[in-house]
Amino acid sequence: MKKLIFILIINILSINKSFALIEIDITRGNLDPLPIAVSPLHVDIKSENYNGIKIKSLGEDISEIIENNFRSTGLFNPLKKEAFVQKPDIAHLKPRFEDWRLIKAQALVSGKLLIKNGKLKVEFRLWDLAAAKEMTALAFTTTPSNWRRVAHIISDKIYERLTGEEGYFDTRIIYVAESGPKNLRIKKLAIMDQDGANTKYLTLGNELVLTPRFNPTNQMVTYMSYFRNMPRVYLLDIETGTQEVVGNFPGMTFAPRFSPDGKKIVMSFAKDGNSDIYTMDLDTRLVERITDHSSIDTSPSFSPDGKFIAFNSDRSGLQQIYVMRSDGSEVKRVTFGNGIYGTPVWSPRGDLIAFTKMRKGKFYIGVMRTDGTGERLLTENYYQEAPSWSPNGRVLVFYRETKSGTKGEGFSAKLWSIDITGYNERRLQTETDASDPSWSSLLSK
Amino acid sequence: MFNKNLKNVLLVIFATFILSACSTAKKSGDIDGDVYTGKETVKYLASGVPDRIFFATNKSSLTTASRATLRKQANYLRKNKDLNVTIEGHADERGTREYNLALGERRANAAKDYLMTYGISGKRISVISYGKEKPVNPASTPLAWSQNRRSVTVKVN
Repeated sequence: MKKLIFILIINILSINKSFALIEIDITRGNLDPLPIAVSPLHVDIKSENYNGIKIKSLGEDISEIIENNFRSTGLFNPLKKEAFVQKPDIAHLKPRFEDWRLIKAQALVSGKLLIKNGKLKVEFRLWDLAAAKEMTALAFTTTPSNWRRVAHIISDKIYERLTGEEGYFDTRIIYVAESGPKNLRIKKLAIMDQDGANTKYLTLGNELVLTPRFNPTNQMVTYMSYFRNMPRVYLLDIETGTQEVVGNFPGMTFAPRFSPDGKKIVMSFAKDGNSDIYTMDLDTRLVERITDHSSIDTSPSFSPDGKFIAFNSDRSGLQQIYVMRSDGSEVKRVTFGNGIYGTPVWSPRGDLIAFTKMRKGKFYIGVMRTDGTGERLLTENYYQEAPSWSPNGRVLVFYRETKSGTKGEGFSAKLWSIDITGYNERRLQTETDASDPSWSSLLSK
Repeated sequence: MFNKNLKNVLLVIFATFILSACSTAKKSGDIDGDVYTGKETVKYLASGVPDRIFFATNKSSLTTASRATLRKQANYLRKNKDLNVTIEGHADERGTREYNLALGERRANAAKDYLMTYGISGKRISVISYGKEKPVNPASTPLAWSQNRRSVTVKVN
């Protein structure tokens, strides 16, 4: 008898295992996105009003953000709500799995929320409909004004559970907002949530600003500004708005990026017609010269372990990508393909370098292994450059410019993203024209 | 095998035609090689002293015409000893932003160095690079790009 029970248990376990089948293969472009039903979160009737928040529709609004996040990955197919057969509160308590399977859903997200005493309480569950069981559940409390972030955090948790990789929805993108005619462009620093919401402008447009980049460990930003007509690298705290010039260089500094520990800035300094790469330690203010070559050395990017720097140099004649130790030793050229290469950016996973390639009047965004092998061009266009990685290393955001007519008409600059598989190219909605995007790390980390 | 050889020969002949067609086209009008030689966008520091010189794609070397222009500028600066200038370096839109900033700086310094060899003190000349940020001609054409690959000498006082 004991033995029988034992076998039964084993059986149940193995059945469960074989039924736990919703997993998403993200190693290649997903041509068959997972059908997922995101039920509106049930709003508890005991919820109190909270200034500025539409409490009645809050459950639906959150579920819509989750759906948009899922859709943007290309890995999920969020199903239309008209087909939903169960009310949100009941679905959250105990879904009728066969009903949800009937509308071809393979996974279901349900949840409920309550606003009370100035706090927003949210819980959600992810259900595997084929296996008829709960996959994950989580509850948390925050201030109600954070409700969009709640939607992004839920999206991240579900993405992580289904793909086995870290999510990237609770993140922001800093970029340069552009307006005005092409030869009199006004540029401002702008920041938005990854999904395009909550756009804020951080500078007024009085001076030219370029290439903002996030510190991977916090919400500091480094960028280049022509303030007082002195092109220099700046450091900006986006929470307090305070900013300062980085270092005391007698000439143009540009192309800044943070080291992976966030403690240094690596950048180019141009003097007497020659650009070399320098680092500055933000604590000690110690400046180190990393390259010393009569060619242009620019666009430096640290490897995530901090041991190497990829950069752009024309020491062989035209722009190519090089990798060196972060002390400047052991410089190796890594690109040898047809065409010229710029803007190397090391993946946060460390396995790939993203780049811009120019060949025969076309611009490509591509990725390659860090030794230059395995080059894959992801997208071709008239003009595009400046890839920036999502924090999980799955998606690249970059900007693209259109060809303009004789008076500059028809010119536009927009942000685009593409999966590193080369699939799922899509435009990011911005209030204005936009360029030089940089993706933050996860805010909740 | 024969077919392949024939194909290659034809390709070479074809390519030669294209190349010769290109080179004749490029010499016509206001572009030589791909350096702008016209006057359409040029302003003057004084009568007969053009304010700008033009560059080939990705290059910062001075052409014969550029040297002649810079010698006129040096002459003018020698006669006007109290005058200081800024040399602005620019690139066309067909390159990555950061590289273009460096390239503009290199172009402006090429002009500055030449003025200095003609006796103008480096203290009177500051340089600034705008990369591809300030095109003089906003069109997306080879002519516009050639006009935008420039360094411009600007009076500051």
